[in-house]
Amino acid sequence: MDGAVPLLRMEGISKRYGGVRALEKADLSVTAGSIHAILGENGAGKSTLIKAMAGVVAPDEGRMMLDGREVSFASPGAANKAGIVCIFQELSLVPELSVADNIVISDPPKRFGMIDRKAQRRIAEEALARAGAADIHPLALVKDLPLSRRQMVEIAKALARKPRILILDEATSALTAADVSKIFAVLKRLRSEGLALLYISHRMNEIAELADQCTVFRNGRNVASYPAGSKSDNEVVELMIGREYSHIFPPKPAAAPTTAAPVLEARKLSWADRLHDISLTVRAGEVVGLGGLDGQGQRELLLAFFGVLRGLSGQILIDGKPVTIASPAAAREDSIGMALIPEDRKTEGLMLPMTVRENLSFAALDRLSKAGIIDRAAEQRLIDDMVGLLAIKTAGLDIPVGALSGGNQQKVVIAKWLMRQPRIILLNDPTRGIDVGTKQELYLLMRKLADAGAAILFYSTDYDELIGCCDRVLVLYDGAVKRELVGAEITERALIASALNIHDAEIPVTQGADA
Amino acid sequence: MKDWRYWLAEQRGTLLALGIFIAMFAIYTSNHPAGFNANVVQTAANKGVLLAFVAMAQTLVVITAGIDLSVGMIFLLTNCLASWLVVGTPMQTTLGVIAVLAVGLLCGAINGAIVIYGRLQPIVATIATGAVYYGIGLLLRPFPGGSVNENLADALTGRVFDVVPASLVALLAIVLVIWVPFSRSVLGRAAYAAGSSETAAYMSGVPIRRGKFAAYTLAGLLAAIGGLFLTFFTYTGDAAYASGNAYTLFSIAAVVLGGVSLFGGKGSAIGAIFGALAFRTIGDLLFVFDFDPLWQPLFQGVILLVAVSLGAFALFRVRNRLEWFL
Repeated sequence: MDGAVPLLRMEGISKRYGGVRALEKADLSVTAGSIHAILGENGAGKSTLIKAMAGVVAPDEGRMMLDGREVSFASPGAANKAGIVCIFQELSLVPELSVADNIVISDPPKRFGMIDRKAQRRIAEEALARAGAADIHPLALVKDLPLSRRQMVEIAKALARKPRILILDEATSALTAADVSKIFAVLKRLRSEGLALLYISHRMNEIAELADQCTVFRNGRNVASYPAGSKSDNEVVELMIGREYSHIFPPKPAAAPTTAAPVLEARKLSWADRLHDISLTVRAGEVVGLGGLDGQGQRELLLAFFGVLRGLSGQILIDGKPVTIASPAAAREDSIGMALIPEDRKTEGLMLPMTVRENLSFAALDRLSKAGIIDRAAEQRLIDDMVGLLAIKTAGLDIPVGALSGGNQQKVVIAKWLMRQPRIILLNDPTRGIDVGTKQELYLLMRKLADAGAAILFYSTDYDELIGCCDRVLVLYDGAVKRELVGAEITERALIASALNIHDAEIPVTQGADA
Repeated sequence: MKDWRYWLAEQRGTLLALGIFIAMFAIYTSNHPAGFNANVVQTAANKGVLLAFVAMAQTLVVITAGIDLSVGMIFLLTNCLASWLVVGTPMQTTLGVIAVLAVGLLCGAINGAIVIYGRLQPIVATIATGAVYYGIGLLLRPFPGGSVNENLADALTGRVFDVVPASLVALLAIVLVIWVPFSRSVLGRAAYAAGSSETAAYMSGVPIRRGKFAAYTLAGLLAAIGGLFLTFFTYTGDAAYASGNAYTLFSIAAVVLGGVSLFGGKGSAIGAIFGALAFRTIGDLLFVFDFDPLWQPLFQGVILLVAVSLGAFALFRVRNRLEWFL
């Protein structure tokens, strides 16, 4: 390393998606023969940064220097050729092809113009062995492998490309402890071979074990860089917190209504390997938050309540009585009265080419019709009420809903469900990608609905929202509830610490030893 | 698991189609008055290879998760063209064959360019181009007619060493010259990868566009080979609209019977060939059992329905109902 030029330097990288800035003049230097950890909250810009590095997105401004020469990558293939290989969070394996096919996919060995299957097999076996995954058969189809094995294939595939810079984006999230230790041994060997490794993880103990250098991102900027081990977990969390803006939240009721009987209750709910023994209650008039890092089972939990998952074990109780909810149609029946505001409004919430009117009345059509004929007048009254209540800004009810802004689309999704007057409202990260003004309106609405007696279960990736909106927050980690925070306990520090599965004792306010 | 078990799992669809075909063909020949002899096999082969070529063409496109509704029309167009061009001296005939195949390639390339670079949906794009190809065929042959080099035609529809049907030998040769190299080439793998997961393929730096383009283009070529053989069998060119549509739809049926997934990324042209041969045998079976030919569409439908239902069993294992819609 002897003070040489960094292998890769990124300077002043900015990237916007629509009105949302994902990166704002971010810098990063990567040196050969070291492991560099990138930390930050959900949405801090880490993923966008490495996507820019790996040729998946083109930055709006800024420059990248590889070996001191300016480079830009038009595609992931171009970045690969330059020696930058990324293992993405969303796996990049082709499910219908075999493990060996996948490992050599970007540059298969050829003989007489055709793919040399023997050579391919040999390369695949070598790569699997290097990744410590020799138990995976090269001829197995990727779609038949469990997630943890797929992740090992992904790592083997990256190694087979002989990278100079290897980026691991949450690459260990689905691995077993045994695999993680194998991978760590591999990564340390690669470091000694002179590779530059970028390691993105939310697991503080992994970073403490592996990293040489750490960089913290916040709001699309790199806010601090320091040698690993020179800061306590507490200080790192402080660096990750701290936003420049704050939302205005409606006041919470003085005390949460702890006496009311629970409307929605789960007992020991488990599903596949994604949910483990989840028990919770939501009372009428209460807003209960689901916290934790993205992808810890929050989405599956909401789907489980809404009748989408099969093979659930455990119990769901409505008004204290056990129920079986077999489909979303059953969940919205009056006896249950549940509504789910989905995460992806474009595919699960709206029919984009259809009109605002049609979208609004979908969920309530059975109530608005007699003998299969829609009562137009009743429909109109209800729609007028909703458009007024939510202040939906639209040029008319008969334009396609796809023409509205993101915030107004989300209001249509919510209004659609409110037309049924649900008693239980599940929200799956409803404010993602919408403007601050609309967010505020949604916070007010949520509180208004709770005051009117609704039981609300609210998943958000934005900690501010959980703090500002919720009476209680359940923090999920790896499909289980790790912690329940009530009232004043809901702080950014507590949320982040429990999301990272660090116990409070490990982040004392005074300086502690490193983890 | 041992290697052969993976191989078996991969070839399951193809082997199933082979099994269905052998069973049906055995029932057919054992009930045929003449039994299993070279004549019966030759007749069956000559009827079967036409659909087999068109089904191979369809397979290439279906592997990319697309669909080609113009294959039947390319088949007709090249038939009409061949009835003008594949005549005369051996030299002229050779040039004629080359021209017909080139037109097939061009038709496929146009489909590919529209779908890949024009970003139109394959179903719409190929309905439109199919109508155009049919229209050109109709201009070439407003009425059935024309002729073909009969020496060549008889050689390719007769028997080799008086035993093996020449059309089957030709089919095998085409498999070896077109399908095997394609499926083992980088472009072929790109076609599979694009059909299975286009995002993952893109992220892995796979040449998706070239792979898909090659698939569409070769599909045109294979349909043209089918068109040539149609001319060899009938000695005429005939722009018969109903026949073109039937070949398109039957090619999709054959592909499904042959274990090729309509969702893309999975299956082999060899499976589709057996699917086509099996599908063709349905009509023959009705014939030996003295059914009215009017029953044929109904039986074809029932067999197709059964075959497709077998493929749907996987849905019973889905645990997250949202995956039904992926």
